Amino acid sequence: MRFLPIFWFHRCWTGSACAPNVASMLRYALKRLISLVISLAVASVVIFAVIEVAPGDPASFMLGVNAQEDTLAALRAELGLDVSKLQRYFNWVGGMMVGDFGTSYTYRTPVSQMIADRLWVSLPLALYALTLSTAIAFPVGIYAAARRGKPGDLTVMGATQLGIAVPNFWFAMMLVLVFAINLRWFNAGGFVGWDKGLWAGLHSLTLPAIALALPQAAILARVMRSSLLDILGEDFMRTARAKGLSRRQALWRHGVRNALIPVLTIIGLQFSFLLAGSIIIEQVFYLPGLGRLVFQAISARDLIVVESVVMLLVFAVITVNFLVDLAYAAVDPRLRSRT
Amino acid sequence: MSRSLILGACLSSLVLLAAAVSFVWTPYDYTALNIPDKLQPPNAQHWFGTDHFGRDMFSMIMVGARTSIAVALVAVGIGMALGVPLGLTAAARKGSALDELIMRGNDLVFAFPSLVIAILITAVFGAGAINAIIAIGIFNIPVFARITRGAALSLWEREFILAARVSGKGAARISAEHILPNVANLLIVQGTIQFSLGILAEAGLSYVGLGAQPPTPSWGRMLADAQTMVSFAPHLALIPGLAIIVTVLGLNLLGDGLRDWLDPRIRVART
Repeated sequence: MRFLPIFWFHRCWTGSACAPNVASMLRYALKRLISLVISLAVASVVIFAVIEVAPGDPASFMLGVNAQEDTLAALRAELGLDVSKLQRYFNWVGGMMVGDFGTSYTYRTPVSQMIADRLWVSLPLALYALTLSTAIAFPVGIYAAARRGKPGDLTVMGATQLGIAVPNFWFAMMLVLVFAINLRWFNAGGFVGWDKGLWAGLHSLTLPAIALALPQAAILARVMRSSLLDILGEDFMRTARAKGLSRRQALWRHGVRNALIPVLTIIGLQFSFLLAGSIIIEQVFYLPGLGRLVFQAISARDLIVVESVVMLLVFAVITVNFLVDLAYAAVDPRLRSRT
Repeated sequence: MSRSLILGACLSSLVLLAAAVSFVWTPYDYTALNIPDKLQPPNAQHWFGTDHFGRDMFSMIMVGARTSIAVALVAVGIGMALGVPLGLTAAARKGSALDELIMRGNDLVFAFPSLVIAILITAVFGAGAINAIIAIGIFNIPVFARITRGAALSLWEREFILAARVSGKGAARISAEHILPNVANLLIVQGTIQFSLGILAEAGLSYVGLGAQPPTPSWGRMLADAQTMVSFAPHLALIPGLAIIVTVLGLNLLGDGLRDWLDPRIRVART
């Protein structure tokens, strides 16, 4: 009996079964989980309500102006549009929980299938870009912090200032101009598909990933630099030097590791900008990802697709931020008491 | 005054000047088609060249500055007009249900990237400059609410606020008379940063066709039009892009410079 998780959870909650550290973390996690669920619920209501305001009846849009009334009614029943708004909302949310996103008005295929196909482009692209931006930002930020105020630092700061100001879709066009049109190293657009092999797939995502990663890397490098500079002023860094570590050893063993915490938070928060950015970058490179799916759905007035993709994006952002909060609280107990 | 403040102020004024002058003068009519002179590279007659309809790029860039500035400025205005009172209220009622409601609402809006808001609005109401303004403006509200609340909370602990309370002023009056003037510097700096983010967002939205509609010139749409011609007329893509970079860089430098100039101690959250 006492080994049942719920029982353990209760004992831990009241502080008798486990360390206070674990108890406070559990309490914090539960509080954040509740607010996560509320956020998702409110977001779904907002998205549903906004789409409901849209003028026009999907059934008559699909069948044209000359459609018979009984055909329209039959189609509405097939699409699940013949029930009350409240019922429709719960059907939509309930369906999403079990992976059923409804049926596309224009393609008559399950929306979940369409999203799954597109995710195979959008998700690898976002992860590829995140990897690139981290790989660029870390060494650059550390280099600049280690040479604070010297020409190397000033050059890096100037370059990152420029990197932040460059719109990523314009940068993408310049990459196409140089590396696809002039040098012919890459294709100017399109996606070959993962069935051609991992290498071919990554190759066709490389230019989009670079375009997406650069402005993010510029921001991240600045965060890395300032976070590291904060740490370098700490007493324990002086202690590390005093006990005989060289500048370089102190920087790597004690500085970088401690500076990473705020940097990781920023990476999590940037996820939403990365998602939004990839929607535009997919347009530049004609990639068959979620972004193109949304724009095609908007022009075809396929609102069920728009509704579900937007909900999915918001779900991803809220969940990632939730996980970042948890990770941060796990590392820094002081944050748990704050609401 | 720092170098970044001066450089930022110069670049920003250059763009503002171009937008202002475009109301009374442009080298050519920005809507005038001139097919025989199409796709000219930059030259003495057309400083920035001509586009695929033979329109003068320099004139289009000038008028496009107007669009970008108008959209971003109104969006910042919306963000401030709604966000600042929300932040002041939340700080004055710290820990109350109202505070909690405002801050959780902020988090929720934050979870919708501005592009996603724009997509939702466009899906329902159609594309246009007004909808772009609303999309960017909504996204600005939580930014200003959060920064106002954060700064106001520490002010509420100060003695001059206590003195004001003792003299019988209510929370609303203290917020307006004592808190607001003291967070104004912070808001100006953040406003500059949001302005530059707004310019970028407007460019992105009009690039994907969700912003200002033709014939209103906008830098983002000029880039979208240039995309298929970039191989034989690279200036079509290069020039609007440089215009965006100059504007955003100028505003960012101005924001950084203002921050250091107004108060060396304050630090503005920017992501």
